[in-house]
Amino acid sequence: MPGMTLTEKLLAHAAGRDGVRPGDFVTAKLSCVLANDMTAPIAIREFRKMGAERVFDRTKIALVADHSTPNKDILSATQTKTMRDFAREQDILHYYETEAGIEHILLPDKGIVLPGDCVIGADSHTCTYGALTAFSTGVGSSDCAAAMATGECWFRVPETLRFVFNGELQPWVGGKDLILFTIGQIGVDGALYRAMEFGGSAIHALEMAGRFTMCNMAIEAGGKNGVMPFDEKTKAYVDARATREYTVFEPDADADYAHVYEWNAGAIEPQVSAPFLPSNARGVSELKDVAIDQAVVGACTNGRIEDLRVAAGILKGRKVAKGVRCIIIPGTHDIHLRATREGLVETFLEAGAMVSTPTCGPCLGGHMGVLAAGERAVATTNRNFVGRMGHPESEVYLASPAVAAASAVCGRICSPEEL
Amino acid sequence: MAGHVHKYGDHVDTDVIIPARYLNTSDNAELAAHCMEDLDAEFITRVRPGDVIVAGVNFGCGSSREHAPIAIKECGVSCVIAKSFARIFYRNALNIGLPIVECAPLVDETEAGDEVEVDLAAGRARNLTKGTEYSFPPLVGPAAELVAAGGLVALVKARLPAG
Repeated sequence: MPGMTLTEKLLAHAAGRDGVRPGDFVTAKLSCVLANDMTAPIAIREFRKMGAERVFDRTKIALVADHSTPNKDILSATQTKTMRDFAREQDILHYYETEAGIEHILLPDKGIVLPGDCVIGADSHTCTYGALTAFSTGVGSSDCAAAMATGECWFRVPETLRFVFNGELQPWVGGKDLILFTIGQIGVDGALYRAMEFGGSAIHALEMAGRFTMCNMAIEAGGKNGVMPFDEKTKAYVDARATREYTVFEPDADADYAHVYEWNAGAIEPQVSAPFLPSNARGVSELKDVAIDQAVVGACTNGRIEDLRVAAGILKGRKVAKGVRCIIIPGTHDIHLRATREGLVETFLEAGAMVSTPTCGPCLGGHMGVLAAGERAVATTNRNFVGRMGHPESEVYLASPAVAAASAVCGRICSPEEL
Repeated sequence: MAGHVHKYGDHVDTDVIIPARYLNTSDNAELAAHCMEDLDAEFITRVRPGDVIVAGVNFGCGSSREHAPIAIKECGVSCVIAKSFARIFYRNALNIGLPIVECAPLVDETEAGDEVEVDLAAGRARNLTKGTEYSFPPLVGPAAELVAAGGLVALVKARLPAG
């Protein structure tokens, strides 16, 4: 049998097989099944309809209140209560509502997902955990319900696209810029039904935060999953958190890729994706006259402590432009606490920014910063579809924490270099 | 199944199929009342039972929200025909029993308002207005099992040990 890609190895492992090829159908044993306050209520309804009484393993299910948290209205509160009641009934180990945060930042930080795992979640950004050299992908509520009942999920083994970034990154360029660039190159369906495997010296140079950001947006290229190589940075991150054994995989040297893209990361400037597709990526210098009403730093894409440090570094000693609302959202309770202790929260407040409790909130136009018709935001979130952050006639420009913070100061899209 | 066509372009995302501001409920009828609202606000007043949505590539991209295919199914749409589907939407549609078909030639040659008839079992679709006929490959593997079982709930119910 020819060599296997990283995703093929991970799926073969989860399916208990020696090897798999693209196109194979496999049934995988799941390490973790995830849902949130928006998707769990339907999953719970379908779980009951299936005649299931108990979840397959109370320690392998994570239910996280994050989309509408703190509950924005009575209907949302009712949805969260449905999930909370189910978690209590089933004695779910990983139920998070307080001292919690955004699921895709929380689960890795709590050591719930580890290298070699196979994870599904009723949230499209479940692909984030590929940064840990795990297989993880988003599903709907029904698949989540079936998985909560059986502990298994079927997959068609995807072909793999490999993305190699070599060269030294320019100042202010990080994981967000590399993934926006990638999506700009291949399009929002450029990786449809396929795995995205990243590699190259510029990838190994990224800290874990940047790797999570890149895998988070694999779905924005249509990818089934995104996956990063395991190295000493992965090991340091995981060993500080793991409470169980994990398995490390690497791609075979003779693995069969559907296509290999090789780019010089050193030639990439900070990227911004214009409305209304994440693939509308271009260099920040091409968009620098675009005035903004709001800047958001946060979301499962960029709400990590490293992201907040970058934003604070830019806002320190500066003021948010008059008329601009700058909203900073730490990804989890622990990150919020750390940002407070490091003085970042004080820096944000002194600059005139608002600091929210952890929530997905504005990213999906839920609450905590919804846009009116004609308003425009630059955001570190992952989607800029029509109406994503509010009114269908509002606009979202996707960017890194550095560009979002600099833009908050300038009142228009700008590069930190301009400050 | 047969119905009149509502036609859309490429990359119809789940945020326009059912905006997140309505996701504070899991009530199917409530979701259906806002189907396609941010792309085509008149859709919900035009749609009739049996109608067909025809669209370009990557239909249903974005969020994993199962609320999207639920809203489409609940407002009476009998089938979505697209050039391609985003993978989570594809799984969700099969799971809940919303028929979906990939058939690029039909999409290219069909206009809004045309009457289209789909025979899933035979793998055949016809544009009755234009008198054209198309074939599409049958589902295989677990996807075929899902449809044969009548959706994921029925499939899992049959497999779980009783009581």
